[in-house]
Amino acid sequence: MAQNNIHITPIKTYLAVGFGLLVLTAITVGASFINFGTFNVTIALTIASIKAVLVAFFFMHLFWDNKLYLIVFFASLLFLTIFLTFTMFDTTQRGAIYEEKAKPIRNEAPIYAK
Amino acid sequence: MAIATTHAAHLQNHYADSEQQRESAKLGMWIFLLTEVLLFGGLFVTYGIFRAWYPEMFFNAHKHLDVLLGSVNTIVLISSSVTMALAIRSLQVNSKQHAIMFLILTLLFAATFMVIKYFEYSHKIELGQLPGRMYTYTGVQGSNPHIFFSVYFAMTALHGLHVLIGMIVIGWVLYRTIKNHFSHEYYTPVEMTGLYWHLVDMIWIFLFPLLYLIG
Repeated sequence: MAQNNIHITPIKTYLAVGFGLLVLTAITVGASFINFGTFNVTIALTIASIKAVLVAFFFMHLFWDNKLYLIVFFASLLFLTIFLTFTMFDTTQRGAIYEEKAKPIRNEAPIYAK
Repeated sequence: MAIATTHAAHLQNHYADSEQQRESAKLGMWIFLLTEVLLFGGLFVTYGIFRAWYPEMFFNAHKHLDVLLGSVNTIVLISSSVTMALAIRSLQVNSKQHAIMFLILTLLFAATFMVIKYFEYSHKIELGQLPGRMYTYTGVQGSNPHIFFSVYFAMTALHGLHVLIGMIVIGWVLYRTIKNHFSHEYYTPVEMTGLYWHLVDMIWIFLFPLLYLIG
């Protein structure tokens, strides 16, 4: 009685999603050989995000399940975004406050012995 | 107590019914996956900082990763996610033999992933493309190339550890499936293992373009 309302995904759906993921992998590898300048990262991350949504919604069943799980998952992504965004603001804009230049961390490292 | 006697064997006393028990397990699992996202999140932020600081070095260093091996591993991991999903579906329709077959396939794909990772790692260890102070390679242009390999090893090693743990857990649910512990009425441990396994796949989906396909 209890599990009668469980959604059983058709095999076709799983295979189609798997095939879609493989096609997107091929596209992202192909796109990496073309130079789109600064859009390279954007394109790679957009394709990866589409793949992640496919995995989460179909393999992980979020499309059919209680939406509470979707909220929990989005909460993790929300806080990761806050973490990433504010850290990037800090690390890329600090030069505006005081002078800072990239320098070797360990001057005595074997790679600098030339 | 009529209610207590109608309880199925898998149902704990403190749940009203199987559905409530299953939903609670799933919520707990999703909260665990949230902590996993944040665990890897720290490494993704590390990646973001160093890539912003040394964009050219990242581009030069990533040329030393093998795109073919990375792509094969992506295909292997996606295939393992499909077989994992099909294993759970097989239990939902009470097909134990298929569930066993798909779980074994998932284990084989996971093992393939680790074998390829082993070859990648041993090649890098040979060349001295190692993290931090162990870095001895001289073929990468740009400052602090050891940082790229520190980030590479930290991210792929933590991910690889998750694959290894996943293999142990899949082995355990495979054993329990063979022992007839699961049916269409109760397969929660397999379903939770599946959620974990798909998350491991999802993290690799981001690691692959970020490490192997820069520029």
